[in-house]
Order: sequence, then C-alpha cells, then structure tokens
Amino acid sequence: MSYGSSTATTDLANEVFARNSLRFQASLPRNRWNALYTTLAATFSAVVVLPLFLVLVYVLFKGGSLLSFQLLTQLPPAPGLDGGGIGNAILGTIVVTLIASLIAIPVGVGGGIYLAEYSQSGPFAQFVRFGTNVLSGVPSIICGVFVYGLIVSTRVFFDQSYSAAAGGIALAVLMLPTVIKTTDEALKLVPNELRWGAIGIGASKFVTVLKVTLPSAFTPIATGVVLGIARAAGETAPLIFTALFSPFWPDGVFNPIATMSVLIFNFAIMPYEAQISLAWAASFVLVVMILGANLFARWLGRFTQA
Amino acid sequence: MTNSAPTMAHTPQGTLPCLELENVSISYGGSVAVSGVYMQIPRGQITAFIGPSGCGKSTVLRALNRMNDLIEGCSLRGRVIFDGQDLYARDVDPVEVRRRIGMVFQKPNPFPKSIYENIAFGARINGYRGDMDELVERSLRKAAIWDETKDKLKESGYALSGGQQQRLCIARAIAIEPEVILMDEPCSALDPISTLKIEEMMHELKKSYTIVIVTHNMQQAVRVSDMTGFFNVTPKADGDGKVGCLEEFAATETIFNAPSQQATQDYVSGRFG
Amino acid sequence: MRAPGQDPVFAFRHRPPQEKLVDQGFRQLVVVLASLVGVVLLGILLTVLNGSHEAMASYGLGFLTTSDWDPTSEQYGAFTAIYGTIVTSILSLAIAVPLGVGTAIFITENLIPLGVRKVLGTMVELLAAIPSVVLGLWAIFVMEPFLRPILQLIYSTLGWLPIFSTEPQGPGMAPAILILVVMILPIITAIARDSIQQVPPELRQAAYGVGTTRWDAILKVILPAAVSGITGGVMLALGRAMGETMAVTMIIGNSTNFSWSLLAPGNTISSMLANQFGEADGLQVSALMYAAFVLMVLTLVVNLFAQWVVRRLSLKYE
Repeated sequence: MSYGSSTATTDLANEVFARNSLRFQASLPRNRWNALYTTLAATFSAVVVLPLFLVLVYVLFKGGSLLSFQLLTQLPPAPGLDGGGIGNAILGTIVVTLIASLIAIPVGVGGGIYLAEYSQSGPFAQFVRFGTNVLSGVPSIICGVFVYGLIVSTRVFFDQSYSAAAGGIALAVLMLPTVIKTTDEALKLVPNELRWGAIGIGASKFVTVLKVTLPSAFTPIATGVVLGIARAAGETAPLIFTALFSPFWPDGVFNPIATMSVLIFNFAIMPYEAQISLAWAASFVLVVMILGANLFARWLGRFTQA
Repeated sequence: MTNSAPTMAHTPQGTLPCLELENVSISYGGSVAVSGVYMQIPRGQITAFIGPSGCGKSTVLRALNRMNDLIEGCSLRGRVIFDGQDLYARDVDPVEVRRRIGMVFQKPNPFPKSIYENIAFGARINGYRGDMDELVERSLRKAAIWDETKDKLKESGYALSGGQQQRLCIARAIAIEPEVILMDEPCSALDPISTLKIEEMMHELKKSYTIVIVTHNMQQAVRVSDMTGFFNVTPKADGDGKVGCLEEFAATETIFNAPSQQATQDYVSGRFG
Repeated sequence: MRAPGQDPVFAFRHRPPQEKLVDQGFRQLVVVLASLVGVVLLGILLTVLNGSHEAMASYGLGFLTTSDWDPTSEQYGAFTAIYGTIVTSILSLAIAVPLGVGTAIFITENLIPLGVRKVLGTMVELLAAIPSVVLGLWAIFVMEPFLRPILQLIYSTLGWLPIFSTEPQGPGMAPAILILVVMILPIITAIARDSIQQVPPELRQAAYGVGTTRWDAILKVILPAAVSGITGGVMLALGRAMGETMAVTMIIGNSTNFSWSLLAPGNTISSMLANQFGEADGLQVSALMYAAFVLMVLTLVVNLFAQWVVRRLSLKYE
C-alpha cells in the first residue's frame, strides 16, 4: 500500500467492519445476492411481457389470416354454416361507442370543469370526486345490470327492450369517471397566469373557461378521452344484456345490435369452426382498432404543451 | 509528477496525498461540465472547493466517491487515485469505494427510520461486528449531537430540526469509519448557529478523517480549511457554452491573501461570483 | 361616466344582462353535470337493491353460505360464487404482486439500458389495452390446452391435497386465476413503477452514500418508502380482479357445485351474472341481483379500505 493508508482509523475500521479490496469481486456474498435478485427481476419481467407477445401473435395469425373484403362487409353465417363476415359487428361497435361518447364526453367534461374551475375543495366537490372514484370501481357487469333494470326491463324507450341506445348508455356510465378525472387533471395543469390574463381584461368566467382554459388543456383531455373510448369499444359485459346481439345489420338505435366484443363472446363458446374463426377475426379487427387508438392518443400527447 | 496544469501545488511537506486527480474531465451526455483537473488532496486535513455556481465543484466532489454513477449519462475521463488504485478502473466496485469515502449532502436526508436505526443501518450494511449501542453513542457524540438525542433514540429522524438532522447525517457517515468524508455544501440549508456547531465539529473530525468540503461561503472556507481549490467557469474553446476548470489549488492563506491567478484574486475579493 | 350603451368603441363596456345570464347559466349547467355522478351511483344502488329485495326476503343471509343453485326448484345459495370471487382474486393477486413489483423495479432502476427499459414499459401498457374478451378467447384456445398437462401433473402428484383433488377437465378455477393474473399485471406494474419513481432522489443518495449495494438500497430503503403507493395499487387491483367478468366467464367453467379444488370448474359472482342474467326470470333475476349487490359491497369495501391504507401508510412516512 504505497500511499500510507494505515492510520489508526483504518486499523479500527478493518477490525470491526468487513472491508474488502476495492476491486469488484463477484464471489462476495453481497454480490452473489445482487446477481440473483437481478436475474429474478429479469425473469419476472419476461414472464409479464410474454402474454402480450403470445396474444398478439395468435390474434395476428388466426385472425389476420381471415382478413378480406368479405370479412368486413358481410353478415355472420348461421351456426354451422361457413363463410360470411363481421360487417354488422364492426358497424355496431362504432354505433354503440359513438352513442356512449356523445353522452359521456359532455357530462364528463362538464363535471371536470366544475371540479377544476368552480369549486376545488368544497364539500360538494369532495363528494363528486369521491363518487367518481367509487364509480370507477364498480364492476362493468353491474353497469349492465343497472341499465337493464332501468331501461331494458321497463321498456322505457318506445316500448323496446334491448337496444343499442341502452348499450350506449351502459358504456357511457363506464366511461364517465375516466373523462371526469382526465378533464379535472388536465385543467389543473393550466397555469393560473393564463386565467388571470383573461379575467384581467374583463372576461367572464364562462368566456374564460370556454375560450382560454379549455382550449389550452385540449390535448391532454383529448388524449384521455381517446383512451377512454378505446377501452369502451372493447367492453363486453355492459352490452350483453343491454344491446344484446343481432345477426343482422343495425336496425336503428332502439333495437338490439351486433358488436364485435359480444360476437367474440358468443362465438367463442360455439362448437363450430367457422364461428370460432370469425371470433378470432373479430379479435384481430378489435385489437387493431384499439391499438390504433392508443397510438393515436400517444401521438396526440406529443402536442401537449409542457 | 509532471507539472502540466499551470497552478498545481504539491501538498504541504510531509503530508501524503490521500486522493489524487489526474486530468479529470466530467461530462453529462455529450457536453463537458468540467475539464482538466489536477489535484492532490492531503490526508488528515480539510480541503475546500470554492467557486461561482456552475463551475463544477459539486460535480468533482461527487466524482470522488463514484456518486456520479447515479446520474444517467454522466461519464469521467482521467484518473482518480485512492489507495494506489484508479477508482474509475473497470474492475472497481463502487460500493466498496463508498464505504471508504463517505458523503454528507446539501439538504439533510436522514432515513425514514428512528435515530438509532439511521446509524445502525449503515453499520449493519458494512458488516459491523461490534456492540451496536456503543457505536451509535460514539458516532452521535463525535457529531456533537449525543446530548440532544440520547433520550429519543427511538424517535424518527424527521423529528429533529434541520441543523440536528444534518449532524445526524454526519454521525451516520462517520459511523462506518470511512477514510475520507465528502461534504457538499453541508451548511447551506442551515441557520448560523447550526453552521457554527458543525464547523467546530469539523476541527475535531479532522484528527481522524480527511475532509473535502464544497462551499459557496468564502468565510467558511477561511475558517475551516487548510487547503483550498478555486474552480472557475471559462468559455469553451469553440465558443459554444462554458466549461468548469480548476483555476488554482493552494494553501488557504495563499488563496485568500496572495493568489497567483487574477481570477482567483477577483473572486475572493468579491468582484464576481 | 358614460351612460350604458353609449361607449363609442366597446359595446359591452358595462355587462349586458344577457351575458350575466349566460355566465350563471353555465355555472348551473356544470353543477348539474357534476352531480350526475352522484345520481348515477344512487341509481345503480337503488336498481340493484330494488331488484334483489324479493330474494333477500326469501333467503336472507343464508344466501351467502349455502351453495345450492337450482332454478328449477327455486333454491338459491351463492356461496360457490362468493368463494370463487374471493379465492380467484386473492390468489391471482398473490401471483401478480411479486411479478408486477419485480417488473416495476426492473424498469425503473438502471439495471438495463434506458432504451430497453422504455420498450418494456410500453409493452406492459399495451397489455392493458387488450380487451378482456380477447384474452378470454386466447385463454380458451391457447392457454388452457397448454396448461392442461401441467395441471394433470399436479393432480397426479399432489391430488391428495384438497385443493388439487379433482381431475382437470378443461375450464376451471386454475386457468381463471392465471388469466386474471395477466389482466391485473399492468395495473400493479404501472402503480408500482410510479410509486418507486416518486421516492425522492435524496433518499437514494443517502442509501448509496453509506455504501449499500444496488439491491440493498432497493429492498431496504426505496421499496419501504414506496410501500404506501404500492399497497394502494394492490388494493385497487384487488377490486378490479373481483369485478373482472369476461375472461373469467369464458374459462372458469361456470359450475355452481362447490368444490375446494382449484382444478375444478367454479364460478365467480360476475361470471354467474354474465351467464344467467340474459335468460333468467322472476325469482332467479332477483337472486342474481342479490348476488350483484354482494359483489358491489365487496368491491366498495375493498376500494374504501385501499384509500384508507394509502392515507395511513403515507402519514407514517411523512
């Protein structure tokens, strides 16, 4: 040791502490444990990511192989028969999701505006936030049961029971907490200086919110809404006893309607190859649409002003 | 030893260097933060790093015990020699380095554990084989905080005031008996009385440890240190931004009374910084 | 002072009454919209209670402990479904939490290059985007057939244990537990990752400063500091697992016969609802509503407990 490091302190240190060479020694117990834990963590990560690969691969191959013009534009065949497509289901998913968005977006954005702009911490606002949290924890099937009890069994809509409108409402109930939270958080990020600027020149609250605050939070809100829509499009449980299913093209908004998610559910448990293949094909289209929406939301997110 | 840096000074006669820096340059990502540092830090003395903000003194301090490894994209060229080895050689274990070169940070950061556990945790990690109660008491005494904490060892470290927390962090650092203690502006977040207590403690600690302290308070450097390194920012060679460098390194009296560089003279007389 | 309406440049220098009306009207509007959340929640509660009071009157609390479910003789006991809901959720959590936390550590601490970490993080997020029903389809035709020989092996070697005492026949509790794991992994990983990233850097520096190794710092300083956030996430995932319907319905076998064995077909409350509600009539609908009410209470309790735990644990750290 050329630098004379043997001071009294170092002697004491070497006696009661486990001092080793400065060189890295992989055989030390502490380094062995570290290597073990790292390997464990790596294995866990691989296990977590594996299902994603497997699901995407199977959906891609079993579903994508059926991709054709016929698939996208024809009606499903009767059980046991071949051919046909999922055209009505694709259209139905779009219709139901649209209805849900038309309800959930105004209500959710309005609620979020209230929470962020009008009352941050009053008792009513706390109740609304609490309610939003509780609602987001309600299982999706119970949203379906609720709409069934309220609308379907009571035949409130022009004496119709199962209907696309009922399905849309059930999905809207599911989307609502997400839209409220997204709007609330996005508006909270808008700096107060912006609001004061508008108020300072005599703008009313209404004008400030609508023309200054909301536009500047537009991108994060849009991103959250797109993600919420994507999630709603893939939901099945709220639809199985509201929108039900239909082997025909959509017949107005007050009749049962086919959707891709319900199609997959119904066809998956049928004992016929043709139906099962169509279920895979619908999975493919649904996954592509949802992943596409997710990528779109990410792209939108890039325009968020920091 | 080649005299390649213009203002290199050897350590005072008879004192062996503890840490030596040879042409050290540190970069974050692609851009160089500080470059061309040559220094020999003497054993058993207090060395201060002073200089204007952005000159890289904290960066160099953190490089001495491999704490820069925690910053993504930070890299070092050159050599830092301790105990006959380059600390940045490929096969060096940074964990072992940090057990022998300890650190006290700018903002007090006790663990969210009891006062007793704050000290015991580090000791246990280092494989302590002795009487823990005795070690905790000894460390708290050396950090001049035993009387204030002896009745509340089981309370959380966060129950102490800022100055007390920092002394707890110093106790934690010395409990594992390092050879060098690095202090990164340890008093900047504290009140004057706590600062004074810590400076008094440092004179005691100097008998057993080598101390390197970064401070932006020049009076503190004068009160406390034996050697001083003055870091400065200069414009880069290609004119694109600034880079830090070691302007001068000498005994504290020299730096403050008769420095050999004009920039040093300007800084210590308060003309800039 | 100019009289109202006579400013030559600004027509609205003094606010016209219509503008104030619009301002107030907008405020009322957003209050109403915000209150719809409460209205919906109340509506759900009332609808479910209203639908179930017939069954509650007929079966009382015995509904929760008996497992005969026979529509033809109008005997309803939801024990199988309740047991299924609780057991599948807790077991899937027991598997998913170590996997999720381990993955979260792996993608936040710099054990691997940043690029790889970002890719892994994105992949876990994409997993969350796959619809439940697609995972159910995959579970039926890919996961379960793959799993059957393994489960068969467990049955033949450990069949003397009550939890493995039936011969695996395809759909059952065990595949359901595994698909639930796949579904709740993204939530746990995301929340664990956020909690770990929020641990202040000063704490990390303090740990490394006394010479801890990477995993010493993670296991003894960083994870304990992140524990309140992680626990909250775990409870949230528990609530999600209990309410999860589609994938579980498709692979759990839908049997109302009670069995201790995990290899046997079983039921959860949500899968029972999904299967029977469409064709149920009269008292059966009421019984199903009663079961739905039980599920609501369970998920509500778990959610509230989650919020309480987070508050208790983060206070301790402060």
